[in-house]
Amino acid sequence: MSLKSSKLQLNEQGQLRHFLGIDGLSRELLTEILDTADSFLEVGERSIKKVPLLRGKTVCNVFFENSTRTRSTFELAAKRLSADVLNLDVQTSSTSKGETLYDTLRNLEAMAADMFVVRHGDSGAAHFIAGNVCPDVAIINAGDGNHAHPTQAMLDMLTIRRHQKPFEQLSVAIVGDILHSRVARSNMEALRILGCPDIRVIAPRTLLPEGIEQYGVRVFNDLRTGLRDVDVVIMLRLQKERMQRGLLPSEGEFYRQYGLTSDSLALARPDALVMHPGPINRGVEIESAVADGAQSVILKQVTYGIAVRMAVMSMAMAGQTTQRQSRQGAE
Amino acid sequence: MRITISGARVIDPASQLDQITDVHIDHGLIHALGDAPQGFQPSMTIDARGLIACPGLVDLDVSLREPGFGRKGNIASETRAAAAGGVTSLCCPPDSRPVLDTPAVAELILDRSERAGQARVFPIGALTRGLEGEQLSELVSLRDAGCVAFTQGLAPVASNRILRRALEYAAGFDLSVIFMPQDAALAEGGVAHEGPTAARLGLRGIPETAETVALARDLLLIEQTGVRAHFSGLSSARAIDMLADAQSRGLPVTADVAMYQLLLCDEDLDGYSSLLHVMPPLRSASDRRALRQAVQSGVIQAISSHHRPHESEAKRVPFAAAEAGISSVEVLLPLSLTLVADGLLELPALLARLTSGPAAALGLPAGRLAVGDSADLVLFDPAGTTEIGHHWLSRGSNCPFMGQSAPGKVSHTLCQGRLVYQA
Amino acid sequence: MTELPDVGTLLQRMGEDLIALLDREQRTDPAVVGIHTGGAWIAEQLRDRFLPDSPLGSLDIAFYRDDFSQIGLQPGVRPSELPFSVEGRHLVLVDDVLMTGRTIRAALNELFDYGRPASVTLVTLVDLESRELPIRADILGVSLALPRGQRIKLTGPEPLRLTLNPIAES
Repeated sequence: MSLKSSKLQLNEQGQLRHFLGIDGLSRELLTEILDTADSFLEVGERSIKKVPLLRGKTVCNVFFENSTRTRSTFELAAKRLSADVLNLDVQTSSTSKGETLYDTLRNLEAMAADMFVVRHGDSGAAHFIAGNVCPDVAIINAGDGNHAHPTQAMLDMLTIRRHQKPFEQLSVAIVGDILHSRVARSNMEALRILGCPDIRVIAPRTLLPEGIEQYGVRVFNDLRTGLRDVDVVIMLRLQKERMQRGLLPSEGEFYRQYGLTSDSLALARPDALVMHPGPINRGVEIESAVADGAQSVILKQVTYGIAVRMAVMSMAMAGQTTQRQSRQGAE
Repeated sequence: MRITISGARVIDPASQLDQITDVHIDHGLIHALGDAPQGFQPSMTIDARGLIACPGLVDLDVSLREPGFGRKGNIASETRAAAAGGVTSLCCPPDSRPVLDTPAVAELILDRSERAGQARVFPIGALTRGLEGEQLSELVSLRDAGCVAFTQGLAPVASNRILRRALEYAAGFDLSVIFMPQDAALAEGGVAHEGPTAARLGLRGIPETAETVALARDLLLIEQTGVRAHFSGLSSARAIDMLADAQSRGLPVTADVAMYQLLLCDEDLDGYSSLLHVMPPLRSASDRRALRQAVQSGVIQAISSHHRPHESEAKRVPFAAAEAGISSVEVLLPLSLTLVADGLLELPALLARLTSGPAAALGLPAGRLAVGDSADLVLFDPAGTTEIGHHWLSRGSNCPFMGQSAPGKVSHTLCQGRLVYQA
Repeated sequence: MTELPDVGTLLQRMGEDLIALLDREQRTDPAVVGIHTGGAWIAEQLRDRFLPDSPLGSLDIAFYRDDFSQIGLQPGVRPSELPFSVEGRHLVLVDDVLMTGRTIRAALNELFDYGRPASVTLVTLVDLESRELPIRADILGVSLALPRGQRIKLTGPEPLRLTLNPIAES
């Protein structure tokens, strides 16, 4: 009833047709996404920031979890590709009336949607949709549970590639709530595939998943040891409910141990980048002065996010279209 | 009705019989083995040359979904599926709606299964009212209504004190209690074995300690109260060690394992098939190895289906949101035969785990072929193949083995001397 | 093998014709824009030899192709670079081979997304005379009718040379 993600995401020619996760994709494909995104970055600097690639296509943003920020960047990306965009905030509409995910998406499919950008609280939701609900619609995973946030990972990779040394020479530290972070999982996979030799995760034991070693990362419980000489620091957002579930004693203790401050950042290389997927909690995981400081590329990440999403959307739409044509040709 | 089954290789693990012979059935009972008694005139003869005849399988955990869950299945549909799987005796758990905590529900189930006439049904009563873990069910009345054992299933008991009292009370009437150890707080919110696969897939994990912490408590209370105890659906290697240790200290505890736990493991969750959402979860490959070894060594006496049919909507959701369980009773025998094909067990030993082993665990009058016993038999072709999903009978098609083939093919199932299934 | 014209000779004449045309039409201070990849090579040479004061840009029309829904996105897309304002500017658009005219249509669409040029002068090295759109070069190197099953390719950037190759059977 479902396929491994690597098979599900690619068409018979090996092109992207859904973008569900980083796992199982090749270095060449990730590089192609970054190259294409580079080209789209330039489109964003024109007076008319729009190309006609997806003219006449319909993109539905289906968000089962609220995220105005992420949804807006997908919306802007789709519009810059000249697609028609439909935003569906499902929390406030059909599921509260008891309609299932399955029925919601089948209904949208019947409106001749060509692409779904999906965010859902359940890990594997995007796989489920691509594999079991609408295999002929291109599915872009905009975050599923604790599993993956592949477009965030790719925009992080684009940020690193544009502002740092080649991946083969980098030390990257990911700091904070790894356990609940789909961003961390996708970033660890992307960094490994792109050849980063030193990936570190820095977190208390309670915020690390069982079997973290499988990602080929080095685990540090101590921030200061972990940050030493890194080129990139990726901070993660800490949700307040972690305190209630007995994973942490308090926000204050977390900030003292794991908060990124000017002092702790000084242990990294002087040109180290500070990144954060947003929205940031100032004074919980990061000091304001660091978030706004010279080493911070947090706002650049947002700009790059649009280009990366344009790249992924156009590649997946093309891959899905050729898949459909080759199947029709075979019939 | 008089039936003769001629020429089958008859395997009865209970009596250690394994030979080619004839079985004669009269009035629903085994009338004779070998030569027909003087004057025995069968009205039907089944030419069973090349087939194996053994006691009908005894499945300790088949959810019939009736009363209360007609969308998922009912007694008629699920006992028919059981018959096709070679199962002639089955225990149904108390998680119906209403919960099986009153004699009326037990009587309803027995009445409807008798009317369906496909398999002998032995209900398991709820240990506490509504399975809520607070107040004891009327265990003796339930026994008198036909319940053969009592369980909480995976539902927690409110406190260790209540559990201790329940076990003492049950022990006083020599009632059997079935345990599915899982610490509710450690398992809370979990949907998959806590390990590298769940970590990678972002699925909330259930640690092995959810099972072993509860198992340790259960074993101690069993020892203290002296209750007759059976463990159902153990999933981890560590739990098997603890069970084997208790058995070697002389504690008379038995156990069964879900057939699918012997074939699948957490690595199969890659791809998020909601069909593999089961409870307790599929654990690691090394846990599976330990479960298979325990079946081989006899630490685990019984293999059951843990049949949980669902309507398609229950599984047509992302993994975590899916209801747990696999519809599998009708392929219990073919799936089990893969263990012989894999070289884990000889056929008679496997059949013991499917017949006499489970029957003995709960003291059921089933699972053997002696003169005077209920004529419950299954005939199967060991050289045949079952195409899983072909002529599916269970109302729940939530079976991850659908479309695959398994060794062996059930050709006839007889329950109380009546032919209830023929391929 | 068919004898193909020498690119250097063609460029010399094209450059002279271009200067004459720009003068005649009073298209002053033009910018030169080449279409990736061959057009960009030619544009660079024309600019260096005949319009040394003009800025040079390049276009990758991959995002503007009209066959995206048939063949998808071409791998290896490069950013377009127009390091000058298009608005009100006289543009010289350069491509290597004019076949159906669809590439030029896409390039014009892209140029107009940067602004409204005062004029666009089209320069191509080769015209294969198989147009499907009403698009014709203002300055042309050579018109060629290809033998069946052959295609023409510009190799470069140094030296620039036209070659004929059999179309690969797929």
